[in-house]
Amino acid sequence: MPIAMPDLRPVMPEIIMTVLALSILMADLLIKRKETVAFLSIISVGVVAYALAGSMGTTFNGMFVSDGYSMFFKLIFILNVILTVLISVKYIVIERVNFGEYYSLILFSTLGMMIMASAGDLIVLYLGLELMALSTYILAGFIRYDIKSNEAAMKYFLLGAFASAFLLYGTSMIYGLTGTTDLKAISAYIVKNGLASNPILMLSMILFAVAFSFKIAAVPFHMWAPDAYEGAPTSITAFMSVGPKAAGFAVLGRVFMIAFGTVKIEWAGILIPIAILTMGVGNIVALSQTNIKRMLAYSSIAHAGYMLLGIIAGTGEGMSSVLNYMLIYAFMNIGAFAVVIMLRSEGFKGDSISDYEGLAKTHPMAAALMLVFMFSLTGIPPTAGFMGKFYVFMSAIHAGYTWLVIIAVIFSAISAYFYLRIVMYMYMKEPKEAVQLTTSPAIGLALAITVTAVLFIGILPSIFVNFARAAVAGF
Amino acid sequence: MNNYLLIPSLPLAAFLINILLGRDFLKEKAHWTSILAVAGSWVVAVMTLVDVYGGGRVNEDLYTWISSGGFKVSVGFLIDPLTAVMLIVVTTCATLIHIYAVGYMHGDKGYYRFFAYLSLFTFCMLMLVMANNFLQLYFGWEGVGLCSYFLIGFWFDKKSAADAGKKAFIVNRFGDFGFGLGVIMIFLTFGTLDYTPVFGQVGGFALNTVNFLGYDVHLMTLIALLLFCGSIGKSAQMPLHVWLPDAMEGPTPVSALIHAATMVTAGVFLVARCNPIFSLSETALIVVALIGAITSLFAATIAIVQNDIKRIIAYSTLSHLGLMFLACGVGAYAAGIFHLYTHAFFKALLFLAAGSVIHAVHTNDIQKMGGLRKYMPVTYAVFFLAALSAGGVPGFAGFFSKDEIIWLAYASHSPVGKFVWIIGTIVAFFTPFYSFRLIFLTFHGKFRGTHEEEHHLHESPKVMTIPLMLLAIGAVAAGWVGIPHLLGGGANFAEFLKPVVGHPEAHGTHAEEWAVMGISVLIGFAGIGLAALFYLYRPELPVRVGQMFSGIYKVLYNKYYVDELYSFIIVRPTIWIAKNILIGITDARIIEAIVNGVPNAIGVFSQGLRRIQTGFLQHYATIMAAGVLIIVALMLLR
Repeated sequence: MPIAMPDLRPVMPEIIMTVLALSILMADLLIKRKETVAFLSIISVGVVAYALAGSMGTTFNGMFVSDGYSMFFKLIFILNVILTVLISVKYIVIERVNFGEYYSLILFSTLGMMIMASAGDLIVLYLGLELMALSTYILAGFIRYDIKSNEAAMKYFLLGAFASAFLLYGTSMIYGLTGTTDLKAISAYIVKNGLASNPILMLSMILFAVAFSFKIAAVPFHMWAPDAYEGAPTSITAFMSVGPKAAGFAVLGRVFMIAFGTVKIEWAGILIPIAILTMGVGNIVALSQTNIKRMLAYSSIAHAGYMLLGIIAGTGEGMSSVLNYMLIYAFMNIGAFAVVIMLRSEGFKGDSISDYEGLAKTHPMAAALMLVFMFSLTGIPPTAGFMGKFYVFMSAIHAGYTWLVIIAVIFSAISAYFYLRIVMYMYMKEPKEAVQLTTSPAIGLALAITVTAVLFIGILPSIFVNFARAAVAGF
Repeated sequence: MNNYLLIPSLPLAAFLINILLGRDFLKEKAHWTSILAVAGSWVVAVMTLVDVYGGGRVNEDLYTWISSGGFKVSVGFLIDPLTAVMLIVVTTCATLIHIYAVGYMHGDKGYYRFFAYLSLFTFCMLMLVMANNFLQLYFGWEGVGLCSYFLIGFWFDKKSAADAGKKAFIVNRFGDFGFGLGVIMIFLTFGTLDYTPVFGQVGGFALNTVNFLGYDVHLMTLIALLLFCGSIGKSAQMPLHVWLPDAMEGPTPVSALIHAATMVTAGVFLVARCNPIFSLSETALIVVALIGAITSLFAATIAIVQNDIKRIIAYSTLSHLGLMFLACGVGAYAAGIFHLYTHAFFKALLFLAAGSVIHAVHTNDIQKMGGLRKYMPVTYAVFFLAALSAGGVPGFAGFFSKDEIIWLAYASHSPVGKFVWIIGTIVAFFTPFYSFRLIFLTFHGKFRGTHEEEHHLHESPKVMTIPLMLLAIGAVAAGWVGIPHLLGGGANFAEFLKPVVGHPEAHGTHAEEWAVMGISVLIGFAGIGLAALFYLYRPELPVRVGQMFSGIYKVLYNKYYVDELYSFIIVRPTIWIAKNILIGITDARIIEAIVNGVPNAIGVFSQGLRRIQTGFLQHYATIMAAGVLIIVALMLLR
């Protein structure tokens, strides 16, 4: 039987990524200076980004799709790797976990995310999701002598396994119902047989919503997030708060818009209560946090709630606004974590909110950067965060969910309290003790990239908005 | 035409440089940045005018910040004849006044700050006139208002100056509220805020009505009147005129630039710019014409008895602004803009010359001046020319524009045309009367101050007198571009603006036109003659007239008691309500309760919710499972 060679061009970036990640894992044995490994991993994702350009197409009988949508998410993942590596270099030395496999795990996790973004079939989706999750579990527990880090990894792992079970359960039900795991075929089957109000379909949609909600840390499936974010190495917290969340949105969007695109009203009913709870719990619990990493964990939960509004809108405009938001969120959130990491120094944790008191007097530059990121997370113009919210809310209004947007705006107003409290601490309180900043050229570069992006997107949003629109055009 | 962007950017750059580096580095050299920038704008504005005269037009969006559906926030520029005229007015006056301020503000401790604000104002004013959409117009509108506030209260350690700044700002809030509603109504009606589509579609809405507070109102009338609210505030028309005389607390260059030549004329510009909307509503036009006419007469009568040199000129400004609105109200938009243009020159000149006088005598009270002509010949000469122009003496700039307004009011279709013509003619008597009263009391006769003061009298330095002389050229000659057909001219100014504002049909014969012109000219000379009689030859006469009509005199001297009336019906009740009800009850019991209570409640709620996060994995898994069950239950119950 002749075996036809599948078209490998669409999957070429992933193949390159696999080869390079494995090479780095082995090269690590020979390289003493771990900064070189960090540098190599940035080069690797650069090569992958270059390969992305020629990868448009569908292969493996539609199981793997490389389109504008997946490409946009892959760029976010690559950006996430670059920024995470830049803020890690000095930090993991301080944490005394300067091992080379740290970088290859980041690359493997990202490979998983890339596969998720391109999954045209539920099996491929699961494959990518587990690759991403397993690598991230290890990274969360990377400070192996630290109990909190171990606890973070263990909780994340057990609950993640629980969530995977939901995903598999949903997949098997949909397979039982339609006899396929291909997203387009599922959609066709639903239309052909008029399954719109089928209870099995409904149940499987709920199970998918739950599994993806876990990945994007939506309430009430967010319980892992605060503990995992707090315990994990801060650089990995930054990584986790962007990468897996973006990947979660990528699959949420593709599965619900493609496979279940004809029953939008049904799944919107599932996602609306989740979105409201997510915004509510995220913003309200963030108010009473004293640890900045935990506060940012709840903040990241709340942002997932806003982004869900774009999915609920169920339109091309909604999807493009989510893409845009995700990109903006990547910049502002990693930027904020970069400042948090700067405060960590030998023998000083620097992750308590009170450590920020009077920072403007002792380190005006760091305080000014934090100010920009806090304003952006709150959504104050002319920062990018305002633009992200504006377009997501606008798409929800155009889809007829004005009441939902009103709720979102109220919660967004509440969020100003805990973001601006940091600003207030930095600018209006007297410094208690001299805080040492740990700086390096790498983290400086990361901060320069993020702060420039946050201000640039805020002032000239149209380039990015149009880019996101083009990305979902072929959806 | 490609370099038109320099016109607003240069003053903006000057503002940024001065505000950032002025205090520590530029100090008393701060004027260089501003003057060079504004002069550069002027050069580009002249080049732009030449291009526009040759048929060039610009209408483009340069930068879009937000775009969502029909709503768009963008920076865009429209350059047409109307914009070109405004650009010349603004940059010419701004340049000369910037130079003059070097002498006038010399040694002030806020020197750099003054120039920074002046440049910021110029930037905002230019953005206002160059906008191609209502949102940017609104931005410029509020921007100039803010700068006006900064500059009126420039000497903020003086209480009266700080109060005057606040008054200007608060009074303008009333007008701008209406203006803001007007802009919102335009968006609701047309789905866009760009001039071109709005003015293009406006004909389709000519007969629409809209339910407003329970009444069916003609839509275009509502929009036009709401926009006109903004004009009333910014151009200080009745009943929101009270802020302008008080604004004279600001430095004199500010009065000349902001409160005579440019900002206060923005209201007239707005009406002219929105002429497609106003022209669809006869009611709105009548309101515009009547408010203009009444303000014009009202302010002119107050001006004849005041003694503060700057306030007299301020009332004169009110009066002339009224004439401009009168013109717009009878559909003669081009005549209104023509008067705006000539007025800018002679009124800026009057203010700057008054500033020169104040610089010498250190008082604003004309009763303490007199005989200054031999000490300050240049100031005297330019003041005289400006007064002739303002008084509408044939051949001077003010004559041509005023004559056109009065003739077009007489000849218009408007039901109130004849009425406002009569008022305009009466004002034509008062204007030269108070202008020459001012000149005779200030420059003629004997000096009435102390001997010590007389010793210090001197002409102002060249940096102040040269701008005066340049402006004097404008005050004399600026009107020659609009000599009417009747006098053998080409009415070029109106022809130039015709593509933007159209041209009203005049109904009348040449004989009537000669008669109307003749009456207003004769009446103007009568005003000058009476002033000469009263204040040059028979100085005891005005005192006797004042005693004879002491009631009227007191009413006029106290400006019709409008300030007292507002204090009684608005300010004092507002303060009473604020103190007793708002602070006592609303603030203390309701707002405080909400402001403190809601966060406290959320805080308590937050602490409660936080406890769910126990740290125990079993609890987490249970909550996840419960979540799934609840969602399933919700879906089943639907």
